[in-house]
Amino acid sequence: MIPLNHFLVLGALLFAIGVVGIFMNRKNLIVLLMAIELMLLAVNMNFIAFAHHLNDLSGQVFVFFILTVAAAESAIGLAILVALFRNLRSINVDDLGSLKG
Amino acid sequence: MSFSLILFYLFGAVLLGSALAVILVRNPVHAALFLVLSFVTAAGLWLLLYAEFLAITLVLVYVGAVMVLFLFVVMMLDINLDRLREGFWGNLPLAAGVGILMAAEMVLLLLRGARPDASAGAPPPGFSNTKALGHVLYTDYVYAFELAAIVLLVAIVAAIAITLRSRKETKYQDAATQLAATKGGRLRIVKMAPEALAAPSAPPGEPTAKPGGAP
Repeated sequence: MIPLNHFLVLGALLFAIGVVGIFMNRKNLIVLLMAIELMLLAVNMNFIAFAHHLNDLSGQVFVFFILTVAAAESAIGLAILVALFRNLRSINVDDLGSLKG
Repeated sequence: MSFSLILFYLFGAVLLGSALAVILVRNPVHAALFLVLSFVTAAGLWLLLYAEFLAITLVLVYVGAVMVLFLFVVMMLDINLDRLREGFWGNLPLAAGVGILMAAEMVLLLLRGARPDASAGAPPPGFSNTKALGHVLYTDYVYAFELAAIVLLVAIVAAIAITLRSRKETKYQDAATQLAATKGGRLRIVKMAPEALAAPSAPPGEPTAKPGGAP
């Protein structure tokens, strides 16, 4: 039997890798989206571990909804990326300065 | 060390390694493929937790749809990699500092608070995870389930609306303009003086637009 802590530590490490990915790939919008997917995966891992160890299916239902929302999020994010590339010919975050914010 | 614990360490090592590769490799196509690998190993880990439906959903929906979308977009865009990678390793000190700090905080917190492991073992034989999940999903969470469907619908509409564009060279019919066409816009009655054979110097009548005019 695998203890609960193992999964939680794995999820924490995965989440930290996602954060490091966001820091490292500050210019590449695609890899930024992938790092967000990694962080969502870490959260889902924690939810499923708790759902199993507390013997409660609500955690798995929550993972179901997170997967749904994450799929919608990445679809819209990639659509924005494609529209951006058409107008700018670049996906560099530094080029997105047209609002001069 | 039980067999499932060995599997856990194997899958966990592959998961962490491929997650590191996702954020460190140079080529975004390779990063997407490593993300596929991490999703598949995560599905294996979820199988160890007896979450069969979600593990298969992760492979089918995430690897089958979302990651294919990622790969499609990555391969469609013509990316200048050198500009995207400049200053990549310059971010390493800050990134490693924040990452190690976060990981250390969470791991220490998790290891100190050793909770009593009231772990539920394997489900009884004949137990269907999909069936149980369906029972919960369609009774207690049916409202949230329908909201999730609406979220997906909105995502479809938004993704299409963002990427749809009408190209200038595309020829298409505008039904509203066709229906709004009137005789005045199409027909012009020209009044001409009758030509006399004997008078070649007669000026031709000025063409006059029909009253009502062109739109």
